[in-house]
Amino acid sequence: MASPSDLKFTRTHEWVRLDGDVATVGISDHAQGELGDITYLELPEEGDQVSQSQPFGIVESVKAASDIYAPFDGEVVERNEDVLEAPELVNSSPYEQAWLLRIRLSDPSQIESLMDASSYDSYAEQAGPH
Amino acid sequence: MVPFAGWSMPVQYTGILQEHRAVRSAAGLFDLGHMGQVQVAGPDAVPFLQAITTNDVAALQPGQAQYSLLPNERGGVIDDIIVYREPDGSGFMVVVNASNTAKDVGWIVEQRAKRPDADVEIQDVCAGTGMVAIQGPLAERIVMSITDADLASIEPFSWREGLVAGVKARIARTGYTGEDGFEFYVANEDAPALWDGLMATGAEHGLQPIGLGARDTLRLEARMPLYGNELADDIGPLEAGLGWAVKLNKGDFVGRDAIAAMKESGPPRRTVGFKTVERGGAPRAHYPVMVDGEPVGHVTSGAVSPTLGENIGLALVDREVAGVGRPLEILIRDRPVRAIQVKTPFYKRER
Repeated sequence: MASPSDLKFTRTHEWVRLDGDVATVGISDHAQGELGDITYLELPEEGDQVSQSQPFGIVESVKAASDIYAPFDGEVVERNEDVLEAPELVNSSPYEQAWLLRIRLSDPSQIESLMDASSYDSYAEQAGPH
Repeated sequence: MVPFAGWSMPVQYTGILQEHRAVRSAAGLFDLGHMGQVQVAGPDAVPFLQAITTNDVAALQPGQAQYSLLPNERGGVIDDIIVYREPDGSGFMVVVNASNTAKDVGWIVEQRAKRPDADVEIQDVCAGTGMVAIQGPLAERIVMSITDADLASIEPFSWREGLVAGVKARIARTGYTGEDGFEFYVANEDAPALWDGLMATGAEHGLQPIGLGARDTLRLEARMPLYGNELADDIGPLEAGLGWAVKLNKGDFVGRDAIAAMKESGPPRRTVGFKTVERGGAPRAHYPVMVDGEPVGHVTSGAVSPTLGENIGLALVDREVAGVGRPLEILIRDRPVRAIQVKTPFYKRER
């Protein structure tokens, strides 16, 4: 299934929706499918700084625990408390209900290092299970 | 699909949680073609098996099975096994773990060679044997409609021959999930017909295929050991909580002296069940275990229990800290998460 065309993606399977200088971040549909049933999430708190390509959180499935990586540098302005309470939302609604963080970008030009949806789809297809 | 001991196996078909719940509430089907089987026959089969296993083979009547261990000389464990006595009493079939098949067969053959006067024949029948299991509260009902065998007469830990879905099978009431159910041993080429026949009949009862992921969470809830986790070359049966499968009074066997000495002094480590009591993620194998900030052991298996909705695990810890109700800290990603020791099994089916 094609990924939403209004999103950008990282090579580590996070998605980004940009709105001014604030971006919403989540985990791609491809990634949730490979991870399987999501059972637990750890996310930074409001006000925390994140750094591009560095882990900012943990996603656990029944199978394994994996890092979640920051798509760019920035400050967390909001986190999704609902998804912390109901991590299975990552499986059922990866692009809507299961957004994870809203991050204010320190350097908006970093968004250009991300893939568009069609590039991501062919990347994910080649990458297979990660 | 993932590589598993040289086999390509699905971790999940539809999803681990969903598959797990299907086995607890209806029934699941397992392709176990990767498990290994060794036939042991001849007039000295009983004394030979007595010498290389920990349980009492002489107690097995024809058609019965028992859980047992292959010990090493140091009192550690080479593998955990099921020993089946043939229904006609002619010999035995030993079922071993996929990942250990080569090691086990090599060990058994080596032990055979050390006893040149023993009249016993060892045959590795892994390649020709197919194995399929059906497990869950509806397993018997599903099998009943496509077999000529009287399933009610097959007690837990026993087996009979019969036709299932038109396939000649040995039908054992054994399993690795904590549910009622059967394991079928068939000729390798018959396994697909058996699988298809069971699926065709069982689908309307909710029967579905189960992958390795749910197989692991099911056995953990039932507190069944997994070799390489709870059992290893350097973990003794008493440390693993499997003293019930060791019969020290049956006569001499490999590793007996070491196991008896450990029993005398008390095992230095114990395998305990625990659940975490604060947020922090799921415990997983090899995570360190602490008490008051001091290392006391490691997690051998851990998971979110799909049945209980809690983070559960087994840990091998120093005996001084073992005890139901006593605290542990599980180091999850370098952060101590509080846990409490609980009784096992974590899950027991209603009878």
